[in-house]
Amino acid sequence: MNGKFEGKVWKYGDNINTDVIFPGKYTYQKMEPEEMAKHAFEDHDPEFVNKVNDGDILVAGRNFGMGSSREQAAVAIKYAGIRVIIARSFSRIYFRNAINAGMPAIIAPEVVDALEEGDRVTIDMENGKIITPKREFAFPPYPSTVMNILQKGGLINFIKSNI
Amino acid sequence: MGKTFVEKVFSKKAGKEVKAGTIVSVEPDYVMSHDNAAAISGTFRKIGVNRIKYPERVVIILDHEVPAPKESSAINHKEIRAFVKEQNIENFFDINHGICHQIFTEQGFAMPGKLIVGSDSHTTTYGALGALSAGIGRSEVAAIWATGELWFSVPETLKIVINGIIPKYITPKDIALYIIGKIGSDGADYKAVEFAGDTISRMTVPERMVLSNMAAEMGAKCGYTPPDHNTFDFIRGKARSEYESLYSDNDAVYCDVIEFNADDVSPSVAKPHTVDNLASIKEVEGTKIDQALIGTCTNGRLEDLEAAAKVLKGNKVKVRTLIIPASRNIYKDAIKNGTIEILVEAGAIILNPGCGPCLGAHQGVMAPGEVTFSTANRNFKGRMGCREAEIYLGSPISVAAAAITGEITDPGRLLS
Repeated sequence: MNGKFEGKVWKYGDNINTDVIFPGKYTYQKMEPEEMAKHAFEDHDPEFVNKVNDGDILVAGRNFGMGSSREQAAVAIKYAGIRVIIARSFSRIYFRNAINAGMPAIIAPEVVDALEEGDRVTIDMENGKIITPKREFAFPPYPSTVMNILQKGGLINFIKSNI
Repeated sequence: MGKTFVEKVFSKKAGKEVKAGTIVSVEPDYVMSHDNAAAISGTFRKIGVNRIKYPERVVIILDHEVPAPKESSAINHKEIRAFVKEQNIENFFDINHGICHQIFTEQGFAMPGKLIVGSDSHTTTYGALGALSAGIGRSEVAAIWATGELWFSVPETLKIVINGIIPKYITPKDIALYIIGKIGSDGADYKAVEFAGDTISRMTVPERMVLSNMAAEMGAKCGYTPPDHNTFDFIRGKARSEYESLYSDNDAVYCDVIEFNADDVSPSVAKPHTVDNLASIKEVEGTKIDQALIGTCTNGRLEDLEAAAKVLKGNKVKVRTLIIPASRNIYKDAIKNGTIEILVEAGAIILNPGCGPCLGAHQGVMAPGEVTFSTANRNFKGRMGCREAEIYLGSPISVAAAAITGEITDPGRLLS
């Protein structure tokens, strides 16, 4: 994952939990990722799926994705069009699920402060830079284990390439 | 410089000395999954491996939608049973056993010093037995099935010390809600939690399981209690293998040490819609409820059912009251000692051991505008199937008291 991502910002608050991102009533229904995407943020912002565009960037507050281990909460957002999530902090399992789904999850509180909904933002993975309308920020590189997974587009692809 | 418990487990597994902040790739001792094993088997097949590398390390327990409430759940279960057969998975527990975390513990898979992962956030529960146990995602389970290993970040450790005598009508659940209210639902995010103090030492393993279970609601990777004679008594005759108890060194480095006094805890309630939205029960007394729920992986053990029965004995419930023993064994014990009879006599509905309405999939789904007072671990919006409903969380004693009056009631006031 050496590419650049450029997209429009959708901004949400603190402690957004997995149940409002992907309700439990769908969790044990077998779904393809495209179908999961239709339910992204259903109990938090039912309009999200209608307004999000492919390539958009999600910006959130503290503890994004707290709660359940359900991986669909990461996959649904990715397939709804979100390329990168920037947050003040991520819940532990959500962070792993995002990486394992091949979607960069970047912890950068000062970037969250600098961005408003509707802003354009550029994330330069290779050089560890986030460019906002106000200014440019640096973010620390991922450990190589995590970077390798992202570069392969997620954990399953990573494992396939190693077997 | 000494090492923490988690640093020791990961060092042992990695075969080298590792400290917090390191990323390691290691082999867990057990990997647990439940109804989501159907989806995981699909992901596993996509990897292109035919056989699970270590089937003896795989544990599958059906509990989330049991018995199947709809055709799609029945198909899921059917696929899992076929997969279990195909892959020779011996540690399979079908829908008649109970909640995964309870069964995993009863069956002796939870042991001191083991590294255990599961595709369920409340996998933290086995920390009560001195294990390092953490929730992971579905793809991660598929990855372990295929390769036997997974990447982990060695976490820092937050030590939570609890001293003092627990007051009357207060339970470990009140203590857990109190702590989460104080440190927040991300108070232990990406950290290991280690419980210590004389209150913890006096607790039974089932009581410690409540704290370790609720550690997930602090954001913790695991909720470890150092194994002691209570632990060893509990697992005697159950343990599936040899085990080695591991303990933090005296000079281990903690990222923080927080102390609480059990005497300060009053009956605690988490108000909608986050677990850290703490109130003392006096602050929310009089809140009308439509449904009471006693059970789940947090509070469905024999001690919890007995505590509820003590409150309900000779009374009639005013609202629909759902009781879910966490396992068939607990159900059986509660029948034998008369607890179930008291609960049924009071007008409660006994549901089969399983996750039940906790996650909104079936059994006791709520309607808009309704309020449930529950002993579960989450009160997120929509959690019980309806985003216009409200969930309050409390102890089995507090929920039983509310079942009698139809509103949240201080059990101390009601019972004294």
